[in-house]
Amino acid sequence: MLLTWGFSVNILVFVKQVPDTETRIQIQNGAVDTASVKWVANPYDEYAIEEALRIRERLGPGKVTVLSLGPDRVKEAIKYALSLGADEGVHLKGEGVALDDPLSVATVLAAAARKAGFDLILTGKHAVDHDCGATGVMLAELLDVAHVSVVVGLEIDGAAKGGTAKREVEGGTESVTFELPAVVTAQKGLNEPRYASLKGIMAVKKKVIPEWTLADLGVDAASVAPAGAALRTLEVTPPPPRAAGKMLEGEPADTARELVRLLREEAKVI
Amino acid sequence: MGQMIAVVAETKRGIVRKATLEALAEARRLAGEAGGSVAAILIGAAGASEASRLAQHSADRVVQVEGAALAAYAPEAYAEAVKAAVEMLKPEALFFSATAQGKDLAPRVAARLRVGLAPDCVGFAWESGALTARRPIYAGKAFAKVAWNAARPMVASIRPNSFAPLQPDASRQAGVEAIALGDVKVRARVTGTEKSAGEMLDLTEATVIVSGGRAMQGPENFELLRKLCSVLGATLGASRAAVDAGWIDHSYQVGQTGKVVNPTLYFAVGISGAIQHIAGMSSSRTIVAINKDKDAPIFKLATYGVVGDLYQVVPALTEELARVMKE
Repeated sequence: MLLTWGFSVNILVFVKQVPDTETRIQIQNGAVDTASVKWVANPYDEYAIEEALRIRERLGPGKVTVLSLGPDRVKEAIKYALSLGADEGVHLKGEGVALDDPLSVATVLAAAARKAGFDLILTGKHAVDHDCGATGVMLAELLDVAHVSVVVGLEIDGAAKGGTAKREVEGGTESVTFELPAVVTAQKGLNEPRYASLKGIMAVKKKVIPEWTLADLGVDAASVAPAGAALRTLEVTPPPPRAAGKMLEGEPADTARELVRLLREEAKVI
Repeated sequence: MGQMIAVVAETKRGIVRKATLEALAEARRLAGEAGGSVAAILIGAAGASEASRLAQHSADRVVQVEGAALAAYAPEAYAEAVKAAVEMLKPEALFFSATAQGKDLAPRVAARLRVGLAPDCVGFAWESGALTARRPIYAGKAFAKVAWNAARPMVASIRPNSFAPLQPDASRQAGVEAIALGDVKVRARVTGTEKSAGEMLDLTEATVIVSGGRAMQGPENFELLRKLCSVLGATLGASRAAVDAGWIDHSYQVGQTGKVVNPTLYFAVGISGAIQHIAGMSSSRTIVAINKDKDAPIFKLATYGVVGDLYQVVPALTEELARVMKE
């Protein structure tokens, strides 16, 4: 068998568990109330998982390991990735970590990546809860490797230990060439994620998901704790309320004329 | 000298972008309140006209970092350039624009400096001498107020269209302080760009957006919206329903899993208003919804709601706008 890589490739996928995008966000006492939230794998991380599986299938042999940082519930996101075909999952215990500070999170993820070893790291371009879009790039910097963010096309050349990517920019795409190891963050359009197969779902039941604590990772707990975090959340508030709108009904020509008048004279936006 | 806020300028085809001028305006306001100053960091070769543009938009100092590694965008080289400028200026805060490049570069720089980053901010305030930032989370379903620890500079990226640029002041000048960047380790670099079809402004920067949803029924009907866009100088968008149906490319998607937009005027045409769509456009200043279902949730958000058949309303609206715009 021809080995494209000449070695067994090690791909890590960092997955975050987030509230489903159809969830109504309730705020209580200056924080998001997560009691009634439906948790899912971050949608952009799904493209990252899919891309990792495709690279392994195309260029194998290799191993896809899915890692998720957070409380025990994130095991569900790991199991979901395993059911799609990831080889291994690791739960990074999130107690005591400033999960709302990208630098603290990237610090833990970097330690986990070093422990696991990697040729390529994939993750979503941003998580749809805190909307930072920073952790993947910070992870690359802390690991001292290349990164390409917001990627909609990816070609890996195992033999050359590099790749080319297309990243989305205003009004088009940029082509980027990069060396491995690297961190690539996935944008919608990179691929069409597969569904879990029954076989995949059954196989998960037999998998053991190891837990890595900060101590296992050699991370100083104080350096990633909320108390000293580089960025901290003081308060979460609902969006400012919008004034009640005007409803226009009637003949299309009349409503169009009235709408244009309001946009010009009242809203002054055209 | 008080507290300095430095703004990393972004250029497109050699010209400083509007998003940079917006960031400078907010930096000036904050520096003014704190008795501080504003600096601009220009990366790569740019004409003297751009340095003076930055000065006219309130930069007291302009630092230009040049070097062979900066000819095309490469995050590692640009991060090293910003780091060199930061070491020279020692600013209290460092602002980027939350553009494609700014979002890519700011986390590299913040991680390299081991300082906090507040991404995609829409407001800032000094509270008891400390800077706080306001940023939408959950795509605008909520807002977080954030603060930095004692490490400096405090890094933030600023969402385009959040602040108005200042009028240029032709009497303002700043000498250009040059930094020569030496060899940099670069393992990822941009080798080319491809424009997508159409020369429209990107959704995240657009001031007027016309989006179509499920009621568009197929790709061909988006032509109606394109006509409306061309009369308004607007950018076309779409809901997830339209994108998932395959009627339009995902790069047009507005919503929590698409673009989060911030225009002055947003048209939601045949869009019912799913939570995930509303999350992406609810900060638009004026919202027009056109829908035949008067109970559609989008109307709760609309500044102006038109209850009617989009296939009649949109052409009538296009015609009326064309007439009015000609006057």
